Amino acid sequence: MSMAIVINVIIQGVLTGLVYGLMALGLSVIFGVVRVVNFAHGEFAVVAMYAAYLLFVTLKLDPIVSLFPIAAAFFLIGYVLQSMLINRFVGRAEHEQFILLVGLAIVIVNSLLMIFGPDARPTNLPYAIESYVVGPLFIDKARVYAAAGALVASASLFGFFRYTATGTAIRACADNLTGAAVVGLNVKRLYALTFGLGLACVGAAGALMVTIADASPLLSQAFTLLAFIIVIVGGLGSMTGALIGGVLIGVSEALASFFLAPSMKSMFSFALLVAVLVFRPRGLMGRSA
Amino acid sequence: MRSLWSSIPVRGRVILLVWAALLLAAPIALDRYLISIFVLIFYFAYVGQAWNLMMGFAGQLSLGHALYAGLGGYVAALLWFYFGIGPWLGVFAGVAVAATFGAVIGWLGFRFGIEGVYFALLTIAFAEFTRIAFDNMPFTGGAGGLFLLYDAQRSHQWWNLRGGPLLFYYLTLALAAGAAVLTASLTRSRLGFQWLAVREDEQAALSLGINAFRVKMIAILISAGMTAIGGVVLTFYYNNLFPAQAFDIGRSIEMILAPIIGGLGTIFGPIVGAFILTPLGEGLIALTQKLGIDAPGAKAVFYGLALMVIITVRPNGIWPWLRRLLGLTESGS
Amino acid sequence: MTALLEVAGVSKRFRGVLAVDSVSFEVPAGVIFAVIGPNGAGKTTLFNTIAGVFAPDGGAISLAGERIDGLAPNEICARGIGRTFQIVRPFPALSVEDNVMVGALLHRRDLASARERAQALLRRLDLFDRRRQIAATLTLPDRKRLEVARALATEPRLLLLDEVMAGLRPTETDRMVATLRELNRESGLTILLIEHVMRAVMALASRVLVLDHGIAIARGAPEAIVRNPAVVQSYLGAETA
Repeated sequence: MSMAIVINVIIQGVLTGLVYGLMALGLSVIFGVVRVVNFAHGEFAVVAMYAAYLLFVTLKLDPIVSLFPIAAAFFLIGYVLQSMLINRFVGRAEHEQFILLVGLAIVIVNSLLMIFGPDARPTNLPYAIESYVVGPLFIDKARVYAAAGALVASASLFGFFRYTATGTAIRACADNLTGAAVVGLNVKRLYALTFGLGLACVGAAGALMVTIADASPLLSQAFTLLAFIIVIVGGLGSMTGALIGGVLIGVSEALASFFLAPSMKSMFSFALLVAVLVFRPRGLMGRSA
Repeated sequence: MRSLWSSIPVRGRVILLVWAALLLAAPIALDRYLISIFVLIFYFAYVGQAWNLMMGFAGQLSLGHALYAGLGGYVAALLWFYFGIGPWLGVFAGVAVAATFGAVIGWLGFRFGIEGVYFALLTIAFAEFTRIAFDNMPFTGGAGGLFLLYDAQRSHQWWNLRGGPLLFYYLTLALAAGAAVLTASLTRSRLGFQWLAVREDEQAALSLGINAFRVKMIAILISAGMTAIGGVVLTFYYNNLFPAQAFDIGRSIEMILAPIIGGLGTIFGPIVGAFILTPLGEGLIALTQKLGIDAPGAKAVFYGLALMVIITVRPNGIWPWLRRLLGLTESGS
Repeated sequence: MTALLEVAGVSKRFRGVLAVDSVSFEVPAGVIFAVIGPNGAGKTTLFNTIAGVFAPDGGAISLAGERIDGLAPNEICARGIGRTFQIVRPFPALSVEDNVMVGALLHRRDLASARERAQALLRRLDLFDRRRQIAATLTLPDRKRLEVARALATEPRLLLLDEVMAGLRPTETDRMVATLRELNRESGLTILLIEHVMRAVMALASRVLVLDHGIAIARGAPEAIVRNPAVVQSYLGAETA
């Protein structure tokens, strides 16, 4: 087996991992700031996939373009969801939040099942089978575009949190909730904003994902778990951690799938999760408690 | 036992006796289909009770409980399949294996301070890992599944759990009832108090001399062992096993619906939850079929909505509210 | 005669900050001993090392001659040290009686005798009427008394009280002082308390240790301590009610 093939696999993994990372970024923001255990994360990603699929099939919109309206729509959904429903659960027992979101996840996934059926829906993009040829390597154009999109989206989010007043306010909430409230920040509104931003990430990631995978309700659970694994491995509260974790998991899945069997690709991820939980709970880049 | 019985208010005792009589006699009036519904009700009441011990009393959130049911089922099934060892013996092996996994998960979690969501994710990781492993192990039948063939000659060997729905009806009823009695006696025991203390505030519990690690381990061992027994029974009822089903997170979630909707930390919660959810779910399927709607996810959507509504409006479950309505409060059930 | 509690050269460091710096003192059996000092002096950290929440980084702690430093909190309780918390921690969903039962069950294995002890303590601490009330609904003074009752239920030889008077009105403080004095007198219970409320310290303690920035700066009888210039200096600006 040549080095070139292995490098190919790794590069695929990195590119896919960046999209995973964007999705996990959304969870990091939601879990890290609002402290809500969003067990419906993967389900939202799949909804975004179907949205991108539909937009492509009906309006011929490339997912790289449709990710913007989808992200915007998801932002609104997140904002409303948080203010209307989830806000009551902030501060309640963890298992109660969990159950609420598991319930939501079940509703979403099965509604998708009823509407679209279990068969995967591929998005047949014109450049789907094209690749860039770099020496001995063949790199899927679709993955490159998706990864680029993920990087742009992540960068914008970083920029928002670092350089805007609202972003700083949100970071303050995450750091010290009482302090934030005392200083006069409207915590409820900031939470809603954050949840909206988190879901916007998921929306964008889901839209980008259709360039790589076929939309199917059965992916949702795997995505949710993937997002949690990445966030924990990368480190809660660290945005770079989410991206790095995403790449790590993307690569490990690609390698496991290639060397072992596709069905075994998540085994390594789960093993990594357990190892991180036991030995380095703050993850690669998280702050120690 | 006597003190348990006398702690129930008179009205409650009457209700219990009436229910017991009805359930014992019911098969006379029910057809095969309805009996199978009851088997499911009792099964979910039973495994729900096992999960309830760990979550509702000891406060540890496990979302990978299907692991134990799956292990119990597979171990007993494999012993039968390859060696002809009957389930009444096989169940011991199943329980031992499940308890061992529980011990490992418990040790990792409790020793390293993995709590709450992280602990839940740990349990999911183990269940998923096992699912994938079983998918890829040929001797367990792999992804294609393991089938316990129906052998007409053995059809009345009740000791090998070869029998019709009636056998399983009474077996699962006995299990559910037994689990309720076990929960009731544990609640009124020293261990029960220690569990509640750890659930409420582990640091404070430690300061009162409670060995939280030991107490939590006992919870997970009992819970895992009990669930494994349920898995054995279900496997011999359906006569087949697929890793994708047996260990699936969907199964784990299915198991926790009844105790949550019924009422965590109560004795009758899981039972009430199972009696409400299972018939409604099956009824919904029957309804959609009759109306000709092809809606494979309808039952699940209903369950999902039910979960969301209950956890928002009655987070303590239906049973505590129902109990008050019936004027049965005072007992710790 | 060896003191009941011996703390010898105990130090505790948190990420470079020396919270407790080589503190030594002895608590003879049957005595009420107070630890005072300005906020941040290291009093609760000291308590937490004695109670086993952390192991000290240096020094030794002995109970009746046996080393207990480094033991887990539940083992230390089993050896006879009970404690309360600075911010009260009742078991919120349990009733007042059940809260105390948890403590009583440490040494009394059967429920009936544990319940007996729990009820006796509740009567002692004036909570018997509210024994069926859910702890989450109690007022602060009642929670404080509950926490004391619960700790007492474990039949300790030494009771650690962390600012048990904080937030209590003078009448409630006096009540608590009276109860503690009674317990000490009747059963010889040794009490080690952290206090800011000087009224209580003066009324209860026969020995006082003063901590400032983790260092023991004075020790002795309360009347002498209160006039000690170093102590007054460290407290400048703090209450001397």
